[in-house]
Amino acid sequence: MHEMSIAQSLIDIIRDEMTKHHVSILRSVKIKIGKLSAIVPDSLSFCFDIMVQGSDLAGARLVMEIVPLEGRCKDCGNAFEVKEYVFVCPSCGGGNIETIRGQDLSIVEMEVE
Amino acid sequence: MKITVVKNILEANDRIALENRKLFDQKGLTVINLMSSPGAGKTSLLERTIEILREDMRIGVIEGDIQSSKDAERIAKKDIPVVQINTGGACHLDGNMIRETFNDINLDELDLLVVENVGNLVCPAEFKVGEDFKVMILSVTEGEDKPAKYPLMFRESRALLINKVDLLPYLDISLASIREEALKVNPNLIIFEVSCKTGEGIREWCSWLKGEVKE
Repeated sequence: MHEMSIAQSLIDIIRDEMTKHHVSILRSVKIKIGKLSAIVPDSLSFCFDIMVQGSDLAGARLVMEIVPLEGRCKDCGNAFEVKEYVFVCPSCGGGNIETIRGQDLSIVEMEVE
Repeated sequence: MKITVVKNILEANDRIALENRKLFDQKGLTVINLMSSPGAGKTSLLERTIEILREDMRIGVIEGDIQSSKDAERIAKKDIPVVQINTGGACHLDGNMIRETFNDINLDELDLLVVENVGNLVCPAEFKVGEDFKVMILSVTEGEDKPAKYPLMFRESRALLINKVDLLPYLDISLASIREEALKVNPNLIIFEVSCKTGEGIREWCSWLKGEVKE
């Protein structure tokens, strides 16, 4: 259950950005969660809500988008969606796959006033 | 008003981990992040590894646990430098916790530093601590479905030790199926079949690890 530390890091980034942009109200924040990241979206949302409760960020909405896992075969160059976490190239059968999408956990956009 | 941000949420940790890494590199130190579920055999593996590799290199250990110093006490019996971190509830170690141990362990006197993470197949894989690479253990009693259920750790690890192979005669599980499932998630995984109890496979693991440690 590391969603609490992730919610804290997220809130730290939000506060930094709000100070930088001289705004005081957060309406919503949009984040992207890679399919391979070990995050449980419901639990992150639960932690986020608890942490903003009673603070100046109370009522802010957390919008989460799950990013599918995509890999590229380093041997034949084929890019494909990695299903069931099987990192084998469907085209050449190679196992030298780099993850091109779907591992990161990132903040994308904030709606503020 | 909308603000576009585009930042990695774990950026703060990644930054500290990178600073740790730079410090380790300056000191010519190799650091491994050892992960597994609770009870898979991390501390037992360390005890065995220290016995074999201590003649060739200077080893230190950072022990991560939610509570207690039982693991650090076991390692201290081997008479090598060890620091215990109690996370007090947190399910993983992070870059900052490692940085805070630097006053308690003399990095100049080490060639290999092993960070034994909190027993957990999920969270530790997400937080870098400044390691050169990650190593994980899966014990045979945990089942062959674990790579598919906890893919990130298998994906992030350079090596996998399949431990407790001495128990195989009592289980309906085959090493071949564990290997196959692990290699689906990470075809480049280097796999060792070991038993910390009987010592089987430990020398092969140690000789590989020795080759990975910076000269």
